[in-house]
Amino acid sequence: MTQATRTLTIGAIAVVIAALLPLFLSKYQVGLATEVLIFGILAMSIDILAGYAGRTSLGHGAIFGVSTYVVIYLVSEGMSPVAALGLGILASTFVASIFALLAVRTSGVYFLLLTLALGMIVWGICLRWTQVTGGENGLRGDIRPEALYDHKLFYWVVLAATAVLSLAIWRFVRSPFGLTLRGIRDSESRMRSLGYNVPLHLFIGFTVSGFFAGVAGGIYAFFNNFVSPSTVALAQSVEGLLMTIVGGVGTLFGSFVGAAAIITLENIVSSHTERWQTVLGLTFILIMILAPEGIVGKARVLIERVRRSKS
Amino acid sequence: MTTFQILNGLTFAALLFVVASGFTLIFGLLRIVNLAHGALYLIGGYIGYTIGNLSGNFFIGAAAAMAGVAMIGFVLDQGLLRFVRGHDLRQVLLTLGFAFVLNDLALVIWGGDSFTVQIPQFLRGAVEVFGVFYPKYRLFVLFVGVLLFVLLWLLLNKTRLGALIRAGVDDAEMVEASGVNIRRVFLITFLLGSALAGLGGVMGGAFLSLYPSADAEILVFSLAVVIIGGRGSLFGVAVGSLLVGLLNTFGQVMFPELAYFVIFGPMAVLLAFRPLGLFGKAT
Repeated sequence: MTQATRTLTIGAIAVVIAALLPLFLSKYQVGLATEVLIFGILAMSIDILAGYAGRTSLGHGAIFGVSTYVVIYLVSEGMSPVAALGLGILASTFVASIFALLAVRTSGVYFLLLTLALGMIVWGICLRWTQVTGGENGLRGDIRPEALYDHKLFYWVVLAATAVLSLAIWRFVRSPFGLTLRGIRDSESRMRSLGYNVPLHLFIGFTVSGFFAGVAGGIYAFFNNFVSPSTVALAQSVEGLLMTIVGGVGTLFGSFVGAAAIITLENIVSSHTERWQTVLGLTFILIMILAPEGIVGKARVLIERVRRSKS
Repeated sequence: MTTFQILNGLTFAALLFVVASGFTLIFGLLRIVNLAHGALYLIGGYIGYTIGNLSGNFFIGAAAAMAGVAMIGFVLDQGLLRFVRGHDLRQVLLTLGFAFVLNDLALVIWGGDSFTVQIPQFLRGAVEVFGVFYPKYRLFVLFVGVLLFVLLWLLLNKTRLGALIRAGVDDAEMVEASGVNIRRVFLITFLLGSALAGLGGVMGGAFLSLYPSADAEILVFSLAVVIIGGRGSLFGVAVGSLLVGLLNTFGQVMFPELAYFVIFGPMAVLLAFRPLGLFGKAT
């Protein structure tokens, strides 16, 4: 079996297992599982940049939230959900392309700082532009189409979308274009001397990543029926990035492991204390010190070590 | 813009200079982007508020804030950052986690209300400058900003420590190889930078007021200043602060709801031509 068929088989099995989950879970737990899928997509979109282009973004929460805002606003104004979703994704992609234009010439810490600052600008606008965004109160609207009211049905629809998107992202990072991104990650100067247009590749990579973040944000709008500045806040970008890191940067599907871990943790912590932010911060500090390669990454390293000691 | 607004811009720029100079010192020398800087600002403001009220003296409050925040900086540098030395991204993300913890801690201790640091008696009221009546306290902030610029310039250019810091910005390994304990210089810089965040918190807390998301707001301004001015350059911070301070005030007057957007424009133009900022040097 080649690597690709193995990944596809495992992926198919994972989707089947995930599809069976609602039969055993309570309504609340199905909601959590839906959330894991949505944030898994967000974490994957961050991983496109972090894992394959070597650019860690702290602005993806904002890109994600732009789509959520647009969808809720438009559906509340009477637009059809499908059209609103399309426009929401378009808006996110557009915002991502602006971020990308500014950020492609930077790398490392500068890239991080710039995306952080840009994300904060989006947050500032959502907070202050009260007439459209509702300011601190945010926007509330019962926007999910009636056909999808049932929580199980909604979960399955999101799961199907997630499967398609995952496949698309997986194909994308394995494509010649994705390989070029990896080349840029490993050595920008080498790719430049080989004649590749590095900024253009990064621009496209960033925009595509923003597109997927926008899809996640749009789905989130129908899931949550509510959006406030905290959806575009730094904490959102940080949570997304933490999911990517916990799952393992560059593992792509590890994103779902990371999302599941963080969302489970958040729910356990939130039921005991209001100090989720402290726990989130501490988790971040601990992961940075102890396991920067993430759970899936760490597991890979351990498996590798066991294999080697056997042979 | 009226004289009044220009003065507002200048005083805000002075506050930004106080906060961002600490940020860029640490960034320039230690290569650490301390994203907890905003949280240090906020905590400094809160400490200044509490101690200032208890002692009835603004300056005791300010001193306590600087000392307290420097201590937190010490814990951050020696207790946590030492484990991830040399990994740029892990350092940044660690300070980000630390910022979350600090911010939440401040919420537990001081609650979600907004506070204003008490201004000393002799700085209350207004005086006439350039034909307008302007609050004395804000002129004092402007004065402190300029004074700090002079002091930092003297420190960096006229003292041995300053020479070591400048040498460290250019090539830390070389400084170490010539027998200097660069780690100690690093630590002193980190503490100094943190203390400046605390000072900024007290000064800003007296005219911008302190509330739970004030740390994120000041952080984004500091980032803009450093992105525009470039890493580790005192002149860069000064020019960046002036630009951001004036643009922000201008933006608030012209487009109150999109004021954030107005700092974004020049940042974008600048980055297209100088990715490392006006005075930044490639490493």
